[in-house]
Amino acid sequence: MMELVCPAGTPAALRAAVEAGAHAVYCGFADETNARNFPGLNFSRQEMAEAVAFAHARGAKVLVAINTFPRAGDQALWHRAVADAARAGADAVILADPGLLAFAAERHPGLRLHLSVQAAAANPDAINLYATAFGVRRVVLPRVLTVAEIAAINREVDVETEVFVFGGLCVMAEGRCSLSSWATGLSPNMNGVCSPASHVSYSDVQGQSEARLADWLIHRTAKGASVPYPTLCKGCFTSADGKGAVQTGHIFEDPVSLDATQLIPALQRAGVRALKIEGRQRSRAYVAQVVRAFRAAVEAAEAGAPMPESLLASLTEGQAATTGSYAKTWR
Amino acid sequence: MLPQVPLPLLPPLLPLNLALSRLMRGIVARHPAILRRLGPHATARILLDVTDAPFPLLFEPARQRVSAHRRATLPTADAVIRGKLAAFLAMLHGGVDGDALFFSGALAISGDTAAVLALRNALDDAELDLSEELLALSGRAAPVLQPALALVARRTGLALSRQEGLA
Repeated sequence: MMELVCPAGTPAALRAAVEAGAHAVYCGFADETNARNFPGLNFSRQEMAEAVAFAHARGAKVLVAINTFPRAGDQALWHRAVADAARAGADAVILADPGLLAFAAERHPGLRLHLSVQAAAANPDAINLYATAFGVRRVVLPRVLTVAEIAAINREVDVETEVFVFGGLCVMAEGRCSLSSWATGLSPNMNGVCSPASHVSYSDVQGQSEARLADWLIHRTAKGASVPYPTLCKGCFTSADGKGAVQTGHIFEDPVSLDATQLIPALQRAGVRALKIEGRQRSRAYVAQVVRAFRAAVEAAEAGAPMPESLLASLTEGQAATTGSYAKTWR
Repeated sequence: MLPQVPLPLLPPLLPLNLALSRLMRGIVARHPAILRRLGPHATARILLDVTDAPFPLLFEPARQRVSAHRRATLPTADAVIRGKLAAFLAMLHGGVDGDALFFSGALAISGDTAAVLALRNALDDAELDLSEELLALSGRAAPVLQPALALVARRTGLALSRQEGLA
């Protein structure tokens, strides 16, 4: 059966994920070493050790995401996170930075290494380099590939591949996107926050709801209508349309979320080992509901049964879902 | 004949506010991780504007204080969360996801978004059960209060207890 890798931003969410049927849970420490460094989220060292014990007692794994890029002069923070994850009994660490991968491979040779989506390794040569140089055992593929491209990669690599199947959809080459840095000075790559909440504001202006990121107006909707979280890649912009006029719309991507439930059999045939659910910043209610639905889906795929109809649209941004790049049609 | 001295008017919200703050202190004592998770955001003043309740509530976590206010004299706040009582209670008890409520327009926020997120995440991790907290506060009245709370939950459909197993 494909492994279901589920998010947990808090110990309560981790327990909810395990009880709902997660094979593995990924989480991070409460600092800049992980790419979901949001207020009130993440694990202390003691909470991490307790979470690992809880998961292992129920047959689930814990993968610790240390997937931001260490700042020059501050590498000790990231080195300590790797050591503490190993000490807590983590089943693997999810890393993106080559220097940190080298450190982990050298200092913690028994620790299983997964390559974070933040490394944006999107072709067999890049993946094989990480496998050969650092002993990486699994690669989380960026959300810019089609199913056919994933199958092509799996034919040429010896490591496991993991793909996102649900949740917030990053449409950029992850780890290389500078949109959040440009607008706020903070990024998921260095600080663990894309469009940080400290720079987000919502307000009602002349009967309409506005969402801003660092004073940039990103969305304006009718009052009472859904207001997406203001990320630049899913913002509404006015730009030249290339024909001498202007267009207003979601230039890069609509504010929708990924739901690849119906593609699970195809991903299985493509050789994917693990399916990942996004959402460490979400509540334990989200985690329980999504994990339960996807556990049923991977069991159905294993049995060769049809995929269950997804009932998760209400949990998604924009209240709508997409299959993203997996079945891409360019406009 | 003694002169008539007007009695000071006791603000009618005072008893409610004393009870709310006592409840808050009890919750913080039993769930100290809430303040730790809030970190620097514990000093934020967050107004819960429960639109179908008579009084909006001002949360001041660092001062371990909750106070009810009249809509005509709302206090200043760093952030405001606006929604219906059923939505707040369901979110508190793990029955629904706060982001999903926000995406659907059932919850609206303004002001310090980071403080709102910190509060949401801290409370979600605490796995609070409002009925348990009220019973812990009620002492010898607990045997009477317990069935009363269950009756209110049944009659109103409000989630007054933690959702076991989650929906």
